[in-house]
Amino acid sequence: MIAELGLAVLWMAAALAVLQLVAGALSLRPATAHLAGVVRPVAILQGVLVACAFAALIWLFLSTDLSVKLVAENSHSAKPFIFKLAGTWGNHEGSMLMWVTIMSLAGGFVALIEKRLPENTLIATLAGQAFVSLGFYAFLLLASNPFTRLPEPAPEGAGLNPLLQDIGLAFHPPTLYVGYVGLSIAFSFAVGALVTRDVGPAFARAMRPWVLGAWIFLTLGITAGSYWAYYTLGWGGWWFWDPVENASLMPWLAATALLHSCSVLAARNALRTWTVMLGVVAFSMSMVGTFLVRSGILTSVHAFAVDPTRGSFILALLAIYIGGALLLFGLRASTVTEGARFAVLSRESSLVFNNVMLCGILGIVLVGTLYPLLTEAMGVKVSVGPPYFNPVSAVFAIPMMMVMAVSPVLRWREDKGGRITWQVAVPALVSAVALLAVEFIFAPNLLPALGLALAPGLAVASVQPLVGRNLRRTPLPIYGMVIGHLGIAVALFGMASEGAFSTERLAAMNPGDSQQVGPFKVTLQDIGPVAGPNWTALEATVSASYAGAEPTVLHPQARTFANPPGNRTESALLTRWNGQLYAVLGEEGDDGRWQMRFWWKPFVPMIWYGGALVALGGLLALLGRVARDVKRLVAVDKIAYRRERQGR
Amino acid sequence: MSDPAPKKGPGLAVWLPLGLFAGFLALVVVGLYWPADREVSSAFIGKPLPAFDLPPASDDRPGLATAQFKEGGKPRLLNVFASWCFPCKVEAPQLAALAEQGVEIDGVAIRDRKEDVAGFLKQYGNPFKRIGKDDLSQVQLAIGSSGVPETFVIDGKGIIRYQHIGDIRQEDIPLILRKLAEAQ
Repeated sequence: MIAELGLAVLWMAAALAVLQLVAGALSLRPATAHLAGVVRPVAILQGVLVACAFAALIWLFLSTDLSVKLVAENSHSAKPFIFKLAGTWGNHEGSMLMWVTIMSLAGGFVALIEKRLPENTLIATLAGQAFVSLGFYAFLLLASNPFTRLPEPAPEGAGLNPLLQDIGLAFHPPTLYVGYVGLSIAFSFAVGALVTRDVGPAFARAMRPWVLGAWIFLTLGITAGSYWAYYTLGWGGWWFWDPVENASLMPWLAATALLHSCSVLAARNALRTWTVMLGVVAFSMSMVGTFLVRSGILTSVHAFAVDPTRGSFILALLAIYIGGALLLFGLRASTVTEGARFAVLSRESSLVFNNVMLCGILGIVLVGTLYPLLTEAMGVKVSVGPPYFNPVSAVFAIPMMMVMAVSPVLRWREDKGGRITWQVAVPALVSAVALLAVEFIFAPNLLPALGLALAPGLAVASVQPLVGRNLRRTPLPIYGMVIGHLGIAVALFGMASEGAFSTERLAAMNPGDSQQVGPFKVTLQDIGPVAGPNWTALEATVSASYAGAEPTVLHPQARTFANPPGNRTESALLTRWNGQLYAVLGEEGDDGRWQMRFWWKPFVPMIWYGGALVALGGLLALLGRVARDVKRLVAVDKIAYRRERQGR
Repeated sequence: MSDPAPKKGPGLAVWLPLGLFAGFLALVVVGLYWPADREVSSAFIGKPLPAFDLPPASDDRPGLATAQFKEGGKPRLLNVFASWCFPCKVEAPQLAALAEQGVEIDGVAIRDRKEDVAGFLKQYGNPFKRIGKDDLSQVQLAIGSSGVPETFVIDGKGIIRYQHIGDIRQEDIPLILRKLAEAQ
């Protein structure tokens, strides 16, 4: 009953999306302009209905209704509650329904609150949003119906992939989805603005909170995903340049560029064409990412999400939406009038420079990700890894971070070099001293050395915009920028330190044996079985003593899952302020000794702290912007109310 | 604020994103619909068997040496198996069926013990003429086999003509027979 109800509301929501598209498109003609009044309420209702469908699916998963095919294939009655919930989107159909839900709710929200844009641009935006959602409705209803019943209820469910039964991962996909979908709103705004030829500060201000929101979620998603890979896969690395990681990084790079060009457009009415193009590109990158992950066209650690026919469907959607939008862009871009001019030394030009650098990195990641496809088309099998990505992206990232250090203290429109001598000299000096110190004391490889030098200079530079300000009256978005940039410096320091100072120890140990790992003395004390809710494991008891201090006990595990069968290593981490000890329990050797793997990674958690700081910066900026918008809306309402009363 | 100074439009540059996107589409369409050959084909096909001389793995069958393949006569199958290998048990009826049709099959038992091989052959039948005992996987590696079971078609001159990776299923039997006929 619940399944049928869910399917019915899903169909109704799809029908409303058709109405939203048709009425929106027709209302742009003067003869049928009265249809515009329909679009907003329809968009809101559509959001509510699809949310009901998603709620129905969650209910089916929570109650483990095994007569529903999707539940039977992906859930199990013995699964803990949280993974029953996460199972809703831990599969293709459910995740697509979640995608449409977030997308339609966001569209409904825009319809409910957006008042700054000219009405016809907003209607065009909502029509564009309906057009994008329709493709996903079609995908769901025609090719991946989540509510299909089995002819006979299954006796028991097949369970969820053990790799996915992890609390961090339960919330990783939804986080990225919110990011991707937020970019779809930016995309619709860009399309709407192109359709009505209305690209200006109002468009940028309407789009900015969505870009910011999407960007915050993407930042969190990537940071959490990186940490998940770090501690679950048991390889000790935090970024593998895996196609799926790249698929999430590319939209982030595009969104970062878009965020900054959006600010220029909002503040200075410059970079009009460029901002619109980035609006299209950012969402394209999320679709490309989804396509690369779902189609299985590139093999990767995420190979569990693969299906070629679904790949074809997403590819078709990609061709229609992105191809269509870029065609529209080509046709309309030359009619968008040029925005305000600016001098070579100005905040605008520094932001343009960094936009180009971000796009450069984006290009490099895209080429590197697709390179195996390119060579395979020519009959050679190649895979591209860190030796390509690290140095080539650094070529763009290093100048970008140098400009990033200076950009916030530059003036809009035109600045004089002499005015900012100190603001440039202080961070440069800090970096130079750091470089010399690092080279003389540790002499690491080139890239980690540059990172260790750049990070402190960037950290100093990022707080400079606060110097000489009244801290109480500084607007929140400025704090957001400062903390976001500081986060980049912190993360950079963590990455460089991990690259420069990590030590690894692989040893076959008997209980009682000890090993020296960096400053730690680790002792394998015991190995024994333990049982969890739906797994059993071999657990090692390891004591680790930092530089002779009181030892701490660690429990790395090798887990075996029964439903479905599978194995997973559960590494154990010991976090100190200055780094992390990472322990993995491996196989038992022929001689009865255990393969143990240890890493000491100085300052490695800084990578994720930095990522969290970047997201926090985004959040402060978003709160600041939203608070100002709300204030303005209230003021506008008050004026309207007064006028109304006076009119009477 | 806006500077209305006339300037040439961005020209062809606005079509650049669409062009790049078209290139991307073309690439992934090729990758998706014309997937490259993912079958592992052995580099050893067409090569003569490397020299080896294995002791018997079973009391009632002789051991196996390269020389025996070069005596002329009809093509033979060389089956790489082990008593500890589960797919080998699944494969046994197909090997028996092939032997019944007059195909001569030799075996190489990988990392195995005589008593285990005897038990395996007793339980699942013995289609082999000769069985060599390969304790260190040396022969297995020398003929380019990466796992058990695998089956090779060897012609009368001792040349490897075909490599079947994995167990022989019921539906593979015609293919094996065809490869044997081709190796005549």
